[in-house]
Formats: sequence, C-alpha cells, structure tokens
Amino acid sequence: MSSDKQEGSLTLKQRFDRWMIKHGRVLVVGIPYFWLFLFFLVPFLIVLKISFSVAEYAQPPYTPLFEWIDEGITVTLNFGNYLFLLSDSLYVTAYLNSIRIAAISTVITLLIGYPMAYGIARAQGSMRSVLLMLVILPFWTSFLIRVYAWIGILDREGLINAFLMWTGIISEPLIMRQTEFAVYVGIVYTYLPFMILPLYSTLEKMDVSLVEAALDLGCKPWQAFAKITLPLSMPGILAGSLLVFIPAVGEFVIPELLGGPNTLMIGRTLWNEFFANRDWPIASSVAIAMLLFLVVPIMWFQHIQTKQEEGQQ
Amino acid sequence: MSEAVLERVHEDVHKTQPWNNPDAVPYIRFENVTKKFGDFYAVDDVSLDIYRHELFALLGGSGCGKTTLLRMLAGFEEPTSGKIYIDGVDMAGVPAYERPTNMMFQSYALFPHMSVEQNVAFGLVQDGVSRSEIKELVAEMLGLVQMSKFAKRKPHQLSGGQRQRVALARSLIKRPKVLLLDEPLGALDKKLREQTQFELVNIQEKVGTTFVMVTHDQEEAMTMASRIAVMNEGVINQTGTPFELYEYPNSRYTANFLGQVNLIEGLLVDDDEKYAVIKSDEAGCEIYIDHAVQGHEGMTFWVALRPERLRITKEAPKETKYNCVSGKVEEIGYLGGISTYHVRLESGKRIKVTEPNSTRQIEPRYTWEDTVWVSWEAGAASVLNK
Repeated sequence: MSSDKQEGSLTLKQRFDRWMIKHGRVLVVGIPYFWLFLFFLVPFLIVLKISFSVAEYAQPPYTPLFEWIDEGITVTLNFGNYLFLLSDSLYVTAYLNSIRIAAISTVITLLIGYPMAYGIARAQGSMRSVLLMLVILPFWTSFLIRVYAWIGILDREGLINAFLMWTGIISEPLIMRQTEFAVYVGIVYTYLPFMILPLYSTLEKMDVSLVEAALDLGCKPWQAFAKITLPLSMPGILAGSLLVFIPAVGEFVIPELLGGPNTLMIGRTLWNEFFANRDWPIASSVAIAMLLFLVVPIMWFQHIQTKQEEGQQ
Repeated sequence: MSEAVLERVHEDVHKTQPWNNPDAVPYIRFENVTKKFGDFYAVDDVSLDIYRHELFALLGGSGCGKTTLLRMLAGFEEPTSGKIYIDGVDMAGVPAYERPTNMMFQSYALFPHMSVEQNVAFGLVQDGVSRSEIKELVAEMLGLVQMSKFAKRKPHQLSGGQRQRVALARSLIKRPKVLLLDEPLGALDKKLREQTQFELVNIQEKVGTTFVMVTHDQEEAMTMASRIAVMNEGVINQTGTPFELYEYPNSRYTANFLGQVNLIEGLLVDDDEKYAVIKSDEAGCEIYIDHAVQGHEGMTFWVALRPERLRITKEAPKETKYNCVSGKVEEIGYLGGISTYHVRLESGKRIKVTEPNSTRQIEPRYTWEDTVWVSWEAGAASVLNK
C-alpha cells in the first residue's frame, strides 16, 4: 500500500524521468537501430531475395522465391545469377576495373590530402577552422552540379583547352573528358574531403613534441616524418583510404558523366542491368557481390581499429 | 645588502665554484639573446654563462621566457638577435638534429608506437651505431635508470614515474654535451617528485653531463640546482646559488619567488658606514640594519624578513626601540613540525611568522586575538630597493 501511495504521489514528469533513467539507453540505441533495420536491412534482404530468382517478363520482372505448392512452402534458390557473373568476363572485368580505379584514386587522394591535412593541423588556431571550412565548403553545392562543372572544365571546348589554346601552348584541344583521366579527376576531387577530415583529426591530436624529440635525437625533418608522424597517423590514413576507396568502387555518376564508353565500372554495369536490360536478378546479384567485396575490407578495418584502441589504453 | 657580506659568502665557495672564478671558461653562453614572437618579447636581451658539469635551473612563473630560452638552446627556436655558444661553438643556424644537446620533454614525448627499448635506442639507431653496441648501451642506460625490467613494454603500459625514467634514459644515451630538462618532474606527484629529485642529481653526478633545467617550482630548483636564474617577463632577475638567492635576494620579486617573505616598506632615515635605520609606518617602528645601505636619506626601501627569522613572544622584549612590532594573532596554522602565525599590526599590515615546534606542547602557545610581539635580529633583514 505504502509503495503504491508513493508511486501515486509522483508527478507525471517524475515518473517519466524515472522511466527514462531506466530505459533511456535502450531507447537511444534502439531508435537508430530500428531505422537501420527498416531502411537498410529489409531492402538489402529484398535485394538478396531477388538475386536468387530468375528474370521474367512480368510485374515484378522476376520469379517468386517462395511458392505455395500443396499446402507447403517451396523455396526455389537460383544460383545461376552468381555463376553467370563469374562466367561472363564483363562482370569480372568491371569488378577488377572498379577496384583498380578506386585504388589508384585512393592513393592519389592520399598523396594530395595528407599534406593538406598536415598543413591544416599545424595551422594557427583561428586559421585552422577557416581552412577546415574551406575543405567542407563544396558539400554545400550539389554533388551532381559539381561533376557537371568538371565537364565544363575538361571538355573539348572547356576552360582548360580554351585557356591553353589562347596562350598558344597547344594548337589542338586535349581530349580529357570521356577518358579514365577524367574519372580520376572526378573521384579525387569529390572524395578529397573524406580523406582530409580523418587524417586531420589524427594529425591534430598528435603531440608536436614527438617530432621535436625525433629531431632532437638526430633525425632530419624527413626522417622524423617517416619514423614518427607517418606511423602514428596510420589510423587516419586507413580511415581516410577506406572512406574514399569503398564508395569509389561503386561510383556511378562520375564514370557515367566524365568517363568514356570504355571506362567499365561496376556501378555503371549495375545501372545498365537494372534500367537498360531490366534484368533485376542479375543486377541484384551484382549488387550483392559488390557488397561482399566491400564488407571484407570494412570488417578488416574495424578489426584493426579495435585492436589499435585496445593498444592505446 | 653590502659588498662586504657578499664577499664573505664568496670567499668560502670561491674554489669549488667556477662561476666565481674569473678565469673559468663558460660552457654555454647566451650573449644578449632576444626572442620576439610578433610584438611580444619572450626573452629580452638575456646574457648568461653556464659552466661545465653544472645543474643549472631556469626558474620563473609561466610565460617568463624560461622555456623559450631552453628551446633556443635545443635549436627548436632561433633567437631574434644575440648569440648562443655551446662549448665555444656558435649555434646560429645549427639545426636541432646537429646540436650537441638532448632534451627531456615536459610531456616526456615518448614514441607511443615503440617499446621502451626502442625509444631509448632511437638516437643511437639514428646515428648508425652498430647493433651490438646499441644493445649494450641501452642495457646499461636502462640499468642506470632502473628500468631494465620494463624494456619490452610500450609507454602506455608505464606509470608516470617510469615514463620519466625512460625519457631520461633516451635523452642521456647519446651522451649529449648538454642535457635540457623541461619541467622534468612536473608530471609526478609530490612524494615521487621528492624522491626523483635526488635520483636525478645522483645520475647527473654519475654521468657528469651539464644539465640545464626549466622549472616553476622553487623547491625543486633549490634542492637540485647548483645555480638558479630567476626569470620574470623575459629578463633574468638574479642568478646565483640557492643560498645566495635565498639569503641575499636583489629584488622583491626574487625574495617573493624563493620561499616566503615579509616585505616591509620604509624610508631610510639614518645611513652610516656600519649601520642604517629605516623608519617604517607600515610596521610602526624603526628598523635597524647592521650594514650600510646604498642610498640617500628619504629613499624608499623594502625590508625583507623571512618568517622563520622572526621571534614571537607574549611579553614585550627588553629593547623595543628597534626591530620590534606588536599586533594581534589573526591566523594560526599548525603544521606539526612548525606553526605559522599571521600577526596583524596596527597599520593593518600582516606579518607571517613561523616557529618550530621543537618541544611537545600541552596546548597551543598562542591563540587568536592574543596580543604578541614580533622581533628580529639586526642581521636577519635584507634591504631591497626594487
């Protein structure tokens, strides 16, 4: 009775607060997980399901996976799509090409991004936030518009050619658009901030006196960089590289708009299967296979990260 | 402070202390060194000589320029003007990695991705010393700092005191001509600090390297250093042995910075060859000094009285004409070994007195609001003019 009375004397707000203290954590973690489940895992399962069916001229354009036959469920799994991916060299080539282009772009992004991140991390306090702002600034414009802008720059009649012809350095316009070069330019340009930001956060945390200590013990500046700064910024290099590499593998817009007809990347192949061939099962299996390609490096990355964090404690 | 007194002090120590020997050649020399950051003078026209085998301390509050001075010695900063010599060589334009100095950083700056052993070996590896020799030297150095057991550990697996030892070993292993220590004990707790102070001095004596140390802790400087330079606002206020600085401060700043002091303002009323008298309204009495004061009558001086040199009594002393004031006990601090009393004089001035509790007492000798007399010997006071 007495406890009832006590409960009864609590205001609604007090009860809510108590409930929040008890269950708040579950709520905070639960909502985003529910969101991810609903809008990430469920669509993924649908795609997974489609990848095991056969294309059909119907609505939807694939055979059902589960069928009611004689009061029971029959599951027809069709692995043909995956076998087809392996047998047709187009897909293997597209995968390998994507990985190659993404890898080269990542290295170029790293080579450009590292000095920038280092410069920002070592800049004066007030200057630092301005420089960071400048790195993030392009995000305020639509990605698509920025890629279109590159068409204007790289085109036969684009800015660069016009300028070079005007100065007389070249007499014939350079062919830059619709080449792999243009794809590299596009990817490096687009993903540079994703490289700079994690690198910046690792470099900024690094104690400057570590480099001074290395100099003090006889290292020339470049040796101090190689022996101290570089190994200590490895987590940032890894994070940045994966943030660039993973989306670059599946990139569709950049090769589509800047690349030539020969720039074969998996994102484009996927698009073609879905919208040109209307072969949803093949398209789905391409997507699933790509995901597997990407899941492995992500897991590896997380594994390394947790190990590193354990090491720092 | 009279020349005669200083000379008496100097005579005793002249032979063992190179700074008192006019023929000794300084090992480190700052010549009119100035360092500006923008419009700010971090170091302002400093000249300083440090001798071989010294454990020299740069003492001062934060922002006084002591760390900048040390960093210029290490080669991390170049002086705006002036010259720095180490062992006779002009250091202008010599980069940090070519200087005969090594530094122990305040944060220790141990390389987190290397083991203790690798950290200590770093400087030798850099110099291309052979592997077997490195192994031997590292083992020897880790033995010296008593860290042999932890050779394979990473810095984050060590306690603060252990990291400090590794940092010391790493900076000593190249046998630098000068070891620079930036707040070497700043990150340790009080007990460990006291213990480590003596260890550091012992190691310095063993290896014979010249140590230049930066600290804001006057106790640390007093315990460890052969000589101390007291710095303030980019300028060296006074240089001397701990003894000289404590007993014969040249300014109110030094007197205040090293130990505790009562500063009493007064006017010079009588100046003779053998004595001087200063009349102080603040103290409400005349202060008799047993030596001559350089100045003219009517000039303002400050009399510096260390709390432990003052006597506190309930009854008025026999002679109350000079060096004797009375007031009320305002605060009492019982610290076990000593007691401190704050006595408020009629003028409102507070005087701090410390008294050793050399015998066991049944009850405290004085209590709040007691009227007491505070007196001192003629030789106890230093007279300061700035």
